[in-house]
Amino acid sequence: MPETKVLTANLHEPDLHTIAVYERLGGYASARKAALDMAPEEVLEQLEASGLRGRGGAGFSMGKKASFVPKGTMDKYLCCNADESEPGAFKDRLLMQKNPHQLVEGCIIGSIAAGANRAFIFIRGEYEIQAKILDAAVEEARAKGYLGEGIFGSKFDLDLVVHRGQGAYICGEESALLDGLEGKRGNPRLKPPFPANQGLYQGPTLINNVETLCNTPAIIEKGADWFQSIGVDKSTGTKLVSVSGNVQRPGNYEIELGISVRDIVYGLAGGPPEGREVKGFFPGGSSAPVLTADSLDLPYTFESMAEAGSMLGSGSIIVVDDSQPIVPLALRLAEFYRHESCGKCVPCREGTNWTVKTLERIEEGEATPMDLEIMAEVQENIIGNCLCVLGDSMAMPIGSMIKHFRPEFEEHIEDARAGKDREAVPAFGAGELAAAAEAGPA
Amino acid sequence: MPDRRTFPLGWDAANDLAKDPGLVPDPAEVDVPEELRIAILAAMARYPDSRSATLPALASAQKVHGWCSPLALHQTAAVMQVTPAYLSSVATFYDMLRTEPIGDRYLFVCTSVACHLRDAKAVYEAIAQEARDQGLEGVDVREFECLGACDMAPMASVDGRYVGPLAQSDARELVSAVKEKRQVLPGRGLEDPGFRLPWSTSDA
Repeated sequence: MPETKVLTANLHEPDLHTIAVYERLGGYASARKAALDMAPEEVLEQLEASGLRGRGGAGFSMGKKASFVPKGTMDKYLCCNADESEPGAFKDRLLMQKNPHQLVEGCIIGSIAAGANRAFIFIRGEYEIQAKILDAAVEEARAKGYLGEGIFGSKFDLDLVVHRGQGAYICGEESALLDGLEGKRGNPRLKPPFPANQGLYQGPTLINNVETLCNTPAIIEKGADWFQSIGVDKSTGTKLVSVSGNVQRPGNYEIELGISVRDIVYGLAGGPPEGREVKGFFPGGSSAPVLTADSLDLPYTFESMAEAGSMLGSGSIIVVDDSQPIVPLALRLAEFYRHESCGKCVPCREGTNWTVKTLERIEEGEATPMDLEIMAEVQENIIGNCLCVLGDSMAMPIGSMIKHFRPEFEEHIEDARAGKDREAVPAFGAGELAAAAEAGPA
Repeated sequence: MPDRRTFPLGWDAANDLAKDPGLVPDPAEVDVPEELRIAILAAMARYPDSRSATLPALASAQKVHGWCSPLALHQTAAVMQVTPAYLSSVATFYDMLRTEPIGDRYLFVCTSVACHLRDAKAVYEAIAQEARDQGLEGVDVREFECLGACDMAPMASVDGRYVGPLAQSDARELVSAVKEKRQVLPGRGLEDPGFRLPWSTSDA
C-alpha cells in the first residue's frame, strides 16, 4: 500500500519554505478565498462537513470545536498547538520545517472560521530551527499583507505570533498551553469552562494541532466532499504517521486512514530488524495503551484503535520487537511521565512516582508478585482523577503492559530476585568450586 | 550536587523566613544590559498582555547571562515590572531554563521511549564519559525527554542542532566538535542541505 500524499505532496520542492515557491504552487489561494469570497459561516461549514478530526491526540471534530467558539465582538483567539513533545511523535516538526506557509495559511483559515483576530503558534522550545523558519514565514506573509490589518484587502485583521515554549511536555495539554502562553507555569486548568468559552486571557479560544490546521487549505480549495472521499467512515482524510522504534525505516509516512497497521509497519517502515518479530506497538504515541502483534491486521482508524482498547492519538506508531524486555521499557515510560508531571494533582504526581519506584524495585530484585497488583491498582486510581490526562497517559500504557505481558513481569520479578539472592549469599562451596574451575580438570 | 532527576533544586533548602519578600525592582536602580532590555521590550510588545513575554524574556536573559541567575531574574523583573519570585517560579518549571550555572550551551541526548528502544542509553553514557574524559566545560550535557526526532533515533540536540542517528562510536567526534565549537557531525544535522536518513528513499 503506497502513501497518499496530500499534506506532504510538495515537500520535495526545493525552497518550499519561501513564500515565492509556496505561492507558485498555489499557496494562499485558499486563505484568500476564505477571506474575500466566503462568509466566515461558510468556512466553518466546510470544515465541519469535511469531518476533519483533530490530529493532536483526542481526535475531536475540528469544525465542531470551532463552532463552539461564541459569536460576538469580544476578543477571540486561535492557538496552534505545536508543542509536539509526545514520545514517538515528530510529524509536526516535518510540516513546520519544510512547509511553514501551509501552517500560516491554516492559521488564517482557522482564525476566519472562529472569528479570531489574534493567533499564536505555541512551538516547543527544543524546535529551534523550526521556530526560526516559522518566524521568517510569518514575516514574509506580513510583508505581503496576508497578515496584519485587513488581510488580502478584506476587512479582517489578523495578527500571528510565534511563541516559543521552554521545554515542558505538559504545555501540549491545551489549558496548560494557555498558561504557558500567558507567561505562567504550565499548569492545566479545571474544565469546564472549556477554552472555546474561556481560554487565553479569559477570551474564547480555538486550539488546534499543527497537522489539523495544515489540512484546512486543501479543504477550502477542493471542498468538504473531496476530503470526505479520502479515508473511511468517521476517519476522513489522510494522516501523517510517525513510525519509530524497532523498524528498519523509521520516518513520517502520509497514509489514507483505513489501511492496515501491518501495511504501515511492514510495508512502509520495513518491519522490525532482520530475524525479529513485532512484540507489541503503541498505536498513538507513548500515551496509547500497547497492543500486541495480534492487532497488526486492524485498519488504522480512530474507531478501530479505540475498539481494540487503545487510541490513534497523534498517529505515532512505536514498534517494540521481541528482543526488548518489557520492564525496562515500562520503567523508561514511567520515568518520562514522572518527570513531566506538573505536580498540580496528587494522583498523577504521586502515582507516576510510585510507579517508577515499583518498577525500579522490580529491576533491583526487591519486588514481590504483590507489587504488580499494587502497581496495577495505582494505575486505576490515576485514571480519570486529575485535571488533565497526563497521569492517564502513563496509567493506560502501563496498565496495558501488565495486562498483556503479566507472565513476563512475573518472570522478571523472580529472575531479578534470584539474581540478587545469589549476589547476597554466595552459594555454599562457591569459592572452592571457582578455584577448582580455575585449576582446570585434574 | 544531588541528582536533579530525582531531587528538584532546593528541595532540602529551608526558606529564609527573616528575609523580606522581593518587591518589583525599581527600573531606575537596576542596570540592565542594553541588548537584554531591547529583547525583553520587543517581546512584551508582541502580546496583548505583557506578562505573556515571560518565557521569551527569560530565554533572552539566559542567553545574556548563561543561566537564569538571581541577577538575570532581577534585571528581567525590572524591565517587565514583576517580582523576581514570579520569574523564579516560572524558570524552575521549564526544562530549558537553567537555574544553576552549568554552562551557557547545551547538549541534550534523547533517551526517551523511542530512542530507548534503539539503545540511546548506551549512546548517552558514551557521550557523558567522553565529556568527562575530554574535560568538556561550560556545556549542559544531559539526558533529555523526547526531542521529537524519533526517526533519527538515537539523537542529540546541540544548541538546537539535531544530529543523528548516533552510535556510541560517534561520541568522541561529537564531544570534540562541541568542545572546539566546530559544527557537530557535518551532513548529519536535520537542517543540513540534502540531509536524509540512511534508509530514506526521498528527501522528506
